[in-house]
Amino acid sequence: MLAETTRPAAVRDTAPRLGFLRSWDTAIIIAVLLSIAVASATVTGFASPRNTGFLLIDLIPILLLALPMTLIILTGEIDLSVASVAGFVSCVFGSLWGAGLSLELIIPLCIVLGAVSGAVNGVLVSVLGLPSLAVTIGTLALYRGLAFVVLGDQAVTSFPRAITSGLQAKIGASGIPVWIIPVVILAIIFGVVLHFTGFGRSLSAIGYSEEAARFAGIRVAQTKFWLFIISGAVAALVGIWWTLRYGSARGDNATGLELSVIAAVLLGGVSIFGGKGNLPGVIAGVVLLGILRNALQLARVPEDTLSMLTGGLLILAVVAPNAIAWSRTLSRRSSTP
Amino acid sequence: MTTLALNRQPSAAWLGTLTRSREFSVFLALAILVTATVAANPRFLSAQSTKDLLLNSSILVILAVGQAIVIVTKNVDLSVGSVLGLTAFATGKIFIALPDLPVIAMLAIGIGLGALLGAVNGALIAVAKVPSLVVTLGTLYIFRGVDFAWAQGQQINPSNLPESFLALGSGAVLGLPYLALIALAVVIAFGLYLRNYRSGREFYAIGSDVLAARLYGIGVGRKVFTAFAISGALAGLAGVIYAAKYGNLDATAGQGLELNVVAAAVVGGVAIAGGVGTVYGAAIGAVLLTTITSALPVLGVSPFWQRAMIGALILASIALDRYLALRTERRLRGHDKHAG
Repeated sequence: MLAETTRPAAVRDTAPRLGFLRSWDTAIIIAVLLSIAVASATVTGFASPRNTGFLLIDLIPILLLALPMTLIILTGEIDLSVASVAGFVSCVFGSLWGAGLSLELIIPLCIVLGAVSGAVNGVLVSVLGLPSLAVTIGTLALYRGLAFVVLGDQAVTSFPRAITSGLQAKIGASGIPVWIIPVVILAIIFGVVLHFTGFGRSLSAIGYSEEAARFAGIRVAQTKFWLFIISGAVAALVGIWWTLRYGSARGDNATGLELSVIAAVLLGGVSIFGGKGNLPGVIAGVVLLGILRNALQLARVPEDTLSMLTGGLLILAVVAPNAIAWSRTLSRRSSTP
Repeated sequence: MTTLALNRQPSAAWLGTLTRSREFSVFLALAILVTATVAANPRFLSAQSTKDLLLNSSILVILAVGQAIVIVTKNVDLSVGSVLGLTAFATGKIFIALPDLPVIAMLAIGIGLGALLGAVNGALIAVAKVPSLVVTLGTLYIFRGVDFAWAQGQQINPSNLPESFLALGSGAVLGLPYLALIALAVVIAFGLYLRNYRSGREFYAIGSDVLAARLYGIGVGRKVFTAFAISGALAGLAGVIYAAKYGNLDATAGQGLELNVVAAAVVGGVAIAGGVGTVYGAAIGAVLLTTITSALPVLGVSPFWQRAMIGALILASIALDRYLALRTERRLRGHDKHAG
């Protein structure tokens, strides 16, 4: 539906489309600044270095997963299985650690496992041509199930304190966690690939019109296949991070995280129909979601109620562009009768 | 697929059609599973455990019928588990406030509340033109959040519920549990409606080709809205039944159930691409899934495999659907060549 209403505008010229994106980005950035201002003024303890550290460290998993998710949604697909892959990898990580393997060996193995899990999605979507929504609902259940097969209802918690607390290290007294740096570097790499390479631009082309992209010589199936592998590998990183950050490998680790990731990506202005969106917007979406959650947590809103906010923002993110487009058509109609 | 089957059917080929149908193959899988489990432990099919199996299936069957209607229109409803949870908790709360409320009135309230929640989904999808996946993923968490905020950690016990209501959850007539009879009635009612009524067929038209359906004059938005309202209403009914069956209620009732429901429909031959499938298939899929769950321990498989198997079943079913669709397409092309 959205595609139908916005397509003519985009065909006419690229300028209006970019203008629209800019205005959405501006709105999100204003929302970020506004939420910082309001939270600092009303929530005690929000604007402290200690809390900044917590906020940023909690952003890491969502930010990581949002990077490949942006690319996948841009091509018009979706990956609902990321949180389950993270949980599965977390359990394998725990059981390998319990078996006495060294971290130098476990971490590469886990990343490969994540990539293979993603490749299963990729084969089903790009080779068999199945809808990614159905495939990743299936693998969401499959990988979460395998996580419980690996560890049952047990938890592995025997990780050395030196590592688990090392992850919380801050840069000096600034409160900024050390481990946000590699994540930011990865985000920059994703941004450069998405916005400054032919490969990156081909993703939007696929999402905009798969057929046209194919005629333009883009290898659609191959591209999607690789995106799902990357998504799986990044989900594995999140699984490892989650395990060490909380010092516990459990079957239900990272459950439901896909909601926050998809909400952040759509809030960042990426169209669920594919073809439109940019990474700076997504990062703003991740930060906005993180700030709101953090401020409400500080205000002692219970965790179960917080997911209501995420769900609400998710719906708002998809309804708002349509509402804006609709009101524009209305005003255009009334101005030119 | 449905229209093809109608065209290609000479008078006495019903047996062939039956054995080729997806419902039959799922039923066969169910029969094989039951046979294997009974061979491992003959008590699996005792009167008591058959009754348990029927009781346990009925909630999933009712939800799968609603989901089938939604998926036929090429949408998906991920919020059913949360709608069930919210109505189940509401049932408990209402009975605490009004202990003398007749059971039938409670069923009506549950259906109404569920339909209202489903209408929220339907309105967002049909009016705001937003994909159902995103909307119902959002409302999955919103409805659950409302449930948690309302419950505040408190729990409702069977002692809070009237005797007559609990009897609905455990009672039986002629060996058939009431709940199974309700589920059966739902399946048959919607099965007949979808197959024999014009407004029922319109759901398939939308799922097969939305543009053609619109051209034909079907109010697509209103129809999709109706599908979600039905799915919500059935989830509401399932919520009341859940309360009657379990008696112990907190805000987590039905959490994660949406995966089983989607799996039941998809395994039962309701294609996620829309336009194909029956509520009978979805219902058999739901019974199959429930049977797998209770057969696993009998067969000596760890219950932790349950969710992984549901995932594998979803993948196998959609891959099979795709294969069958491609084969039909190829065969039709072959026919064209012969004709021309």
